[in-house]
Amino acid sequence: MAVRNSIVGIDSPQALERALRAAYYLADEGLATAAYLSLALGKPLLLEGAPGVGKTEAAKAISGVLGRRLIRLQCYEGIDASAALYEWNYPRQMLAIRQAGEESIDIYGEAFLIERPMLACLRAPDTTVLLIDEIDRADQEFEAFLLEFLSDFSISIPERGTVRAAERPVVVLTSNRTRDLHEALRRRCVYHWIDYPTTEREARIVMMRASSVAEATARAVVAAVGKLRREPLNKLPGIAEAVDWAEAATLLNRGGTRWPDAFKRSIGVALKDEEDLSFIAPRLDALIAEAVT
Amino acid sequence: MIERLLPRAAQTFVSFVTLLRLNGFVVAPEQTLAFLAAIELLGPSSLEDIRRAGIATLAPPPERHATYRLLFDIHFLGRQAADRDDAEEQDIVRLQEEGRGEIEPLVAEQQNESGLAASRMEALVVRRFGGAAPTDPLRRLAREAASRLPRRRGHRRMRVRSGSFFDLRRTLRESVRNDGEILKLRRLKRRLRPRRLLVLIDVSGSMKNRTEDNMRLAHTLAQATSQVEVFTLGTRLTRVTRALRLKRREQALTAASHVVSDWDGGTRLGEALAAFLAVPRFSSYARGAAVLVISDGLERGDHYALRNSVEKLGLRAWHLSWLTPLAQGAAFKPQTAALMAIRPFVDDMVEGGTDEAIVSHILSLPKTRAA
Repeated sequence: MAVRNSIVGIDSPQALERALRAAYYLADEGLATAAYLSLALGKPLLLEGAPGVGKTEAAKAISGVLGRRLIRLQCYEGIDASAALYEWNYPRQMLAIRQAGEESIDIYGEAFLIERPMLACLRAPDTTVLLIDEIDRADQEFEAFLLEFLSDFSISIPERGTVRAAERPVVVLTSNRTRDLHEALRRRCVYHWIDYPTTEREARIVMMRASSVAEATARAVVAAVGKLRREPLNKLPGIAEAVDWAEAATLLNRGGTRWPDAFKRSIGVALKDEEDLSFIAPRLDALIAEAVT
Repeated sequence: MIERLLPRAAQTFVSFVTLLRLNGFVVAPEQTLAFLAAIELLGPSSLEDIRRAGIATLAPPPERHATYRLLFDIHFLGRQAADRDDAEEQDIVRLQEEGRGEIEPLVAEQQNESGLAASRMEALVVRRFGGAAPTDPLRRLAREAASRLPRRRGHRRMRVRSGSFFDLRRTLRESVRNDGEILKLRRLKRRLRPRRLLVLIDVSGSMKNRTEDNMRLAHTLAQATSQVEVFTLGTRLTRVTRALRLKRREQALTAASHVVSDWDGGTRLGEALAAFLAVPRFSSYARGAAVLVISDGLERGDHYALRNSVEKLGLRAWHLSWLTPLAQGAAFKPQTAALMAIRPFVDDMVEGGTDEAIVSHILSLPKTRAA
């Protein structure tokens, strides 16, 4: 197992945590440890958690810290090799054949190859971070196919041969856990379950992400969101919703709406389900009043 | 042997992995290697570092984190295993899922009995589960399932003579062989794949005399197609798909009977369905699936929760059918309050009192388009 102790000067989880903070991402110790281990051991990082806890943001922050370009592969049901790996530019190949006439031409040259995210990452492992987003949406065949990629980091193109990464690329996978991932996939990765943050940390995240929000507002929003998460709702508000809510309420307040009212009017950015809204409506006033104090 | 190969300091970590395996965690050798490498990398400055390294590299599933922590404490801090069951049973919705490890071998109910008693037990099992050869409807189901169960359009494409997509790759390769002339346009079509079936079986007391037949039917279905998920509903919600995947019927039903703990109990259908919908992983089984609920819908008390859950289930499912033993004949009008309340949300409410009725309903589900 190839172990690198230090990557761009980051030699411990604490150092990574500081670097992530400088990239406007507050990671807890568990995440910093997992991310550091994944970089050091050269294994992909698998992040699971409820929607809106900052899985994708974590990948963006890591790419920012490493100073690498983020290549994002959004998974969906039915995603296949031509969307994830590479594709030939068929119209261009046709034209080239027509134009060549009597001369010989290599229609499988570089000019005819369209790189898709995974190939792009393999070809430039030292300047890119590959984010495979919402892997649980892809179907199982794609997951199985991914296993091969994640252990060898090579892709074979029948017409050109095998492309192998010069060094192990940095790969981040995220999953909302709408279905169980295969054990084999988890085994190849360094794993972290991102939970909702503590109130204190979440308040700091809100202030960091939305700079116009006052501290009192941030704390009130976080307290209210914390209460909402304890309710039996269909869709719990994530961190992203908390940030949006704080920003929206601040905006309304600047426009002249008074405080508790500003929270109440902008509830639509935190709860996005009609059923949840009507469920919480009778108690919303009390809930916000409690959070503001 | 292993003890001699490893440095002394590493032994305790490797034996922790062994302890995890004994408790049903799946840990691969390469994960152990990563675990050791991680500990070396981290220093480790505290026990918390080791714990985090373990979570990151050994990847225990989130729902078993409590158990992981407990085992960790026992191993590294020497804490006694006091409330091990508590750690696993925190769930309020009281979900049960089959264990990740092996399914237990046939366990007699009175374990301290002698061999004579055990063989009597065996006989009982045979009488209970294996006595009847597959009845005709079940044979019919096994035979016709592959060709008559609902399908969905997949995203992968297959080569066909006439289809809606051009196969540019193949056309081009062939044209190269013919000096760049395109002689024939190759085409692709989307492949049809089996649609997922979700079977929810009511195992409460009021369904007592049908429960066993229903389980047998579910087993036949699970053997006939791979795209099936089976849950039992009663006072709890239990996933039995894994047990029913066992090929031999007696073995599968015995395994299922160990997993389910609320046979012939009370009914809290609404709550059990709500619990099903509340777990994203389970409720995604219903998305786009043909859902069969086999239940009499006799709900204790208020049926508001049931109505609510069925409405949500109906929105997720591609086709929702409610099979009830109360229904007789085609023109069934529900009489009970609960069934009347859910009638608008289900696509079909039909007879489910006999194997024959259920099988012919399953086989007559619309094949490609929702009714």
